[in-house]
Amino acid sequence: MDLTLHVWRQAGPDAEGSFETYKATGVTGDMSFLEMLDVVNEQLIEEGREPITFDHDCREGICGSCGFMIDGQAHGPQRGTATCQLHMRQYRDGDEIWIEPFRAAGFPIVKDLAVNRGAFDEIIRAGGYVSQATGSAPDANLIPIPKPDVDLAMDAASCIACGACVAACPNGAAQLFTSAKLAHLNLLPQGQPERYTRAERMVETMEDYFGSCTNMGECE
Amino acid sequence: MLLDSKIPSGPIEERWDNHRFSMKLVNPNNKRKFEIIIIGTGLAGASAAATLGELGYNVKVFTFHDSPRRAHSIAAQGGINAAKNYRGDGDSVHRLFYDTVKGGDYRSREANVYRLAQESVNIIDQCVAQGVPFAREYGGLLDNRSFGGAQVSRTFYARGQTGQQLLLGAYQQMMRQVEAGSVKLYRRTEMLEVVIVDGRAVGVVVRDLITGEISRHSAHAVVLATGGYSNAFYLSTNAKASNATAIWRAHRKGALFGNPCFTQIHPTCIPPSDEHQSKLTLMSESLRNDGRIWVPKEPGDSRSPDQIPEEERDYFLERKYPAFGNLVPRDVASRNAKTMVDQNKGVGPRENGVYLDFAAAIGRLGESTIRERYGNLFDMYERITGEDPYRVPMRIYPAPHYTMGGLWVDYNLMTTIPGLYAIGEANFSDHGANRLGASALMQGLADGYFVLPYTIGDYLAPLLGTQPVPIDHPEFAAAETQVTDQVKHLLGVGGTRTVDWYHRELGRILWDYCGMARNRTGLEKALSEIPALREEFHSNVRVLGENETYNQSLEKAGRVSDFFELAELMCHDALHREESCGGHFREEHQTEDGEALRDDEDYAYVAAWEFQGVGNRPRLHREDLEFEYVKLSQRSYK
Amino acid sequence: MAIDRPVTAPQREDAERRDTAVGRSRRVAFAVDFYRSAVGKKYVMAITGIILMAYVFAHMVGNLKIYLGAEEMNHYGEFLRQLAYPIFPHSGALWIMRLGLLAAVILHIHAAVALTRMNRRSRPTKYASKRDYIAADFAARTMRWTGWIVFFFILFHLADLTIGTANPDFQHGMPYENTVASFQRPLVAIFYIVANIALGVHLYHGAWSMFQSLGWNRRRFNAWRRYFATAFAAIIVVGNVSFPIAVMTGIVS
Ligand SMILES: Cc1cc2nc3c(=O)[nH]c(=O)nc-3n(C[C@H](O)[C@H](O)[C@H](O)COP(=O)(O)OP(=O)(O)OC[C@H]3O[C@@H](n4cnc5c(N)ncnc54)[C@H](O)[C@@H]3O)c2cc1C
Ligand code: HEM
Ligand code: HEM
Ligand code: SF4
Ligand code: F3S
Ligand code: FES
Repeated sequence: MDLTLHVWRQAGPDAEGSFETYKATGVTGDMSFLEMLDVVNEQLIEEGREPITFDHDCREGICGSCGFMIDGQAHGPQRGTATCQLHMRQYRDGDEIWIEPFRAAGFPIVKDLAVNRGAFDEIIRAGGYVSQATGSAPDANLIPIPKPDVDLAMDAASCIACGACVAACPNGAAQLFTSAKLAHLNLLPQGQPERYTRAERMVETMEDYFGSCTNMGECE
Repeated sequence: MLLDSKIPSGPIEERWDNHRFSMKLVNPNNKRKFEIIIIGTGLAGASAAATLGELGYNVKVFTFHDSPRRAHSIAAQGGINAAKNYRGDGDSVHRLFYDTVKGGDYRSREANVYRLAQESVNIIDQCVAQGVPFAREYGGLLDNRSFGGAQVSRTFYARGQTGQQLLLGAYQQMMRQVEAGSVKLYRRTEMLEVVIVDGRAVGVVVRDLITGEISRHSAHAVVLATGGYSNAFYLSTNAKASNATAIWRAHRKGALFGNPCFTQIHPTCIPPSDEHQSKLTLMSESLRNDGRIWVPKEPGDSRSPDQIPEEERDYFLERKYPAFGNLVPRDVASRNAKTMVDQNKGVGPRENGVYLDFAAAIGRLGESTIRERYGNLFDMYERITGEDPYRVPMRIYPAPHYTMGGLWVDYNLMTTIPGLYAIGEANFSDHGANRLGASALMQGLADGYFVLPYTIGDYLAPLLGTQPVPIDHPEFAAAETQVTDQVKHLLGVGGTRTVDWYHRELGRILWDYCGMARNRTGLEKALSEIPALREEFHSNVRVLGENETYNQSLEKAGRVSDFFELAELMCHDALHREESCGGHFREEHQTEDGEALRDDEDYAYVAAWEFQGVGNRPRLHREDLEFEYVKLSQRSYK
Repeated sequence: MAIDRPVTAPQREDAERRDTAVGRSRRVAFAVDFYRSAVGKKYVMAITGIILMAYVFAHMVGNLKIYLGAEEMNHYGEFLRQLAYPIFPHSGALWIMRLGLLAAVILHIHAAVALTRMNRRSRPTKYASKRDYIAADFAARTMRWTGWIVFFFILFHLADLTIGTANPDFQHGMPYENTVASFQRPLVAIFYIVANIALGVHLYHGAWSMFQSLGWNRRRFNAWRRYFATAFAAIIVVGNVSFPIAVMTGIVS
């Protein structure tokens, strides 16, 4: 199938950006969205134009590197998966697609579709851990943990720090990312001792970078 | 050069303890007087940084990722082994040790493997204490699953995201040290040269991927935790950015490279769908617990799987290996799949796969149990292929996955360059010629949490009072020039073909001649094609843009140029090793029923190669392997 | 800063930011400090929101007396003024209530404005392509607008029916007549209707959201929350909108 792409191009953090239009030809349904961009990039290079910059790595939906707005939705139309997991069979021949970077003051644009999500590291750094010295741990089975609790903790811990929640949120809030880590650690006995300081420190840092949640539910 | 593996003497159970006792220590308030550079924030790098920082050393960590948590370790799915014997099914440190040496086809160091098995137990304790949400049973105790190459159930897991949870654990511990000020973190910064002064590693030269700025950093010791080089094959299960640059530049500076041809081909990956395929997706090996692998008995049978009656199916692994069935080690499973496809029994649109069928398991355990165990893997499979594995059997095929080879290190994890360490997948590792599933996470964390933090002190202690070499030292200047020259060169070629094109071509050659099965003529062919292609690359590649902005083609170009040189070394090694063992299968050396045929007389050694200049034949050094505790035998999984 | 290339924290420019960085000793009372945090403001919004809701509800019920005729309604107005007499002087309790309401509205608005500014800062450049919302409904995205409409309504409303300046034939102490007189002006009636619909929209999200702001959200409870908010908003709108309509259609005259 052939598609028309409108892609946000921006030379650098402070440069002016704008949409450029490209044709993606010979796209097959088995291609992932990023593979489709690869093909476009190869064409661009052959035409002597700089390829589109976008972050990506695992292409398995787990590393959280990839991600941009596709037709006004973070990671595109497919719910609950990263951009690299979006496959072209979702699209029809002749479709027009608008591609734009995540936008938030806490996520300054690096180039084209790539943004700096370093603020997430700051939030974790503020308290997203259990203070546990290496080598001094008790036996792993000493404290049994009810399966339902662990399953809930695991759900929360699956966050891949892609930033889509911030990107989608009309307030640019990082509520979901932060509460996911808080939930993960606070649900487990190992996380109990520090739960209050952890929450205070992480929320404080979050508010340094991001907006405030008004429970719009767009991030979920 | 004489290779001294520094293996302690004495009974194997006591070696690590005795060694730890005999090593020199740095007293706590002296630790802050030492600078340590760590390259890489995967399981190995992050756990090492966290622990060293906690001990009080001044640590600088570099990663080319935009966040340490993106390291490729995040993608590990299946699980991590540990000799906890929580199942009471007869597991023990000694059995894990034995399985690993055997699984590695007797090409690993006994002492290292034993230490690994001993530390495996502490890893689980450590991770649980950090809040890693390992799967549990209703009783609240930790759950286990069984994995390829083992007859006990010793694999701990967190859904299909074990690597993610373990890495986040290590990452969080490291960020805690960043907050404490003992670890300094550099993101989107790529290490491009290691600096050697008077034969010691004293620092690195790095490039800021956003600004292109090139800077020098000095330290008392440098640790490489930069992962494996499977991406030399272009198509692999590794993350797109995984590369060999760090270890290769170290190799060029004199660090010996161990067993480069020992690469692992993972049996359960999704077959490529078309030529635009950018990477191959792994379906965790744990699937082989409940899935049955088969192909149609008749070659060229193009019926849809449900049309093929039971008696016309060939469950070839169960047929050939009754004892282990679908749980034979990876190399065995992969090779057999290849044989089937070569016999034109391949399935799927491009006839490039075999079936992994869950119908029986779903019948036996119910769909909900299967969903509980593999839900996210099944979803991923459906997203990628558009087929529903609950109804239609999965299609799988082997793909490059892990590299047992890497920088040669001694028992202390130090390379042949004093002060330069290699940990995790980056070293030639404890897995011999083939790695058992769920053992890489174990090794990465053992190296980072429990081995390096002790052994590095032994090297540092005598350096107390010395300052790191100042970065205006001529060697730093020289290294920086090397980097700037390469950048200029790559941007300057102004050829016609893209970096990816060359990478794909290189990958094709390696896969065809140095992949799952190798033979002399093929390898010789590769050794003539690769240099030719490399020359063309350097005279005809097109890298647009400039150095001063985020330039992904430039990054790739540098990495691919290293892959070219490494690929050549892999072929030399594969060609010289006139035997089949583990992941290295030489068609000339096989038993009549097609099993790998080892030659312990002549090849029971680690091949450590010394760089002799681009295009020149590397120089071979041997570290002979002694086996006192396991007796070498033809591996049999029948 | 033991970390490279730090992202400058956009929210730190905010003069209102808490000055007590965690870990260090607090320099101000907890309440103030808490209110400086966004989470604190959310709490305040919720609490004040609840107060305002309570009032709006009671007020609506009270106004239903309009259907029982002038007697009842005016007597009720009188009752309000006599409330808790003689413990409090004439209209005393009423004044306390008024002050309470005033405080609530001011706090509520202050918090709302502060958070809104914070959120504007957190996305200085809008998306250039069309956004496609999945979850964030109209009500949620227009809280600020509906809020202000309600606010200006209240101002007018006070001038109209309490002070009387906006109501030509206003007689003190005769709420029934005042109301009827007021609604006989079509424009005013329309404005009341519009304003109360806006209020309904505001509450549709607000009454649901406040539980979350207060951290009361359990899976089971959430369905009930939605139900409650919808019902509450509906009752208020129906009740309040009925009055102007009743007058215009002459059911009440
Ligand atoms: C899909 C998949 C599934 C797997 N599943 C399992 C499993 O179930 N069980 C198991 O035991 N193993 C598994 N493995 C293997 C295991 O994940 C890896 O071997 C292990 O994670 C390697 O960790 P590492 O820390 O050595 O390197 P990595 O995790 O690869 O980290 C490399 C780090 O080095 C950095 N880096 C590299 N080069 C440079 C440079 N030049 N400059 C700066 N930084 C650099 C990178 O940014 C990164 O942070 C799997 C592997 C794959 C591909
Ligand atoms: C159509 C709907 C409404 C009608 C008919 C109505 C009617 C009245 C009347 C008659 C009074 C004067 C009572 C008296 O002085 O004895 C009054 C006062 C008041 N109304 Fe309403 N009202 C309506 C809606 C609202 C709404 C939606 C709000 C708030 C959001 C509101 C807030 C107030 C306030 C604050 C006062 C002053 C009470 C006081 O302090 O005396 N009203 N209203
Ligand atoms: C200028 C006036 C007003 C403005 C700007 C305003 C704005 C807002 C905003 C932005 C919210 C936050 C939404 C959220 O957090 O989900 C909110 C919540 C709320 N508002 Fe208002 N509002 C105003 C007046 C009112 C009035 C008069 C009432 C009641 C009659 C009211 C009732 C509520 C309620 C109940 C909530 C829910 C509290 C919460 O979500 O935490 N508001 N308002
Ligand atoms: S919580 Fe936010 S960052 Fe984490 S996975 Fe979900 S969208 Fe991505
Ligand atoms: S969309 Fe934004 S407003 Fe809250 S609920 Fe999600 S963070
Ligand atoms: S590339 Fe890793 S999540 Fe998409």
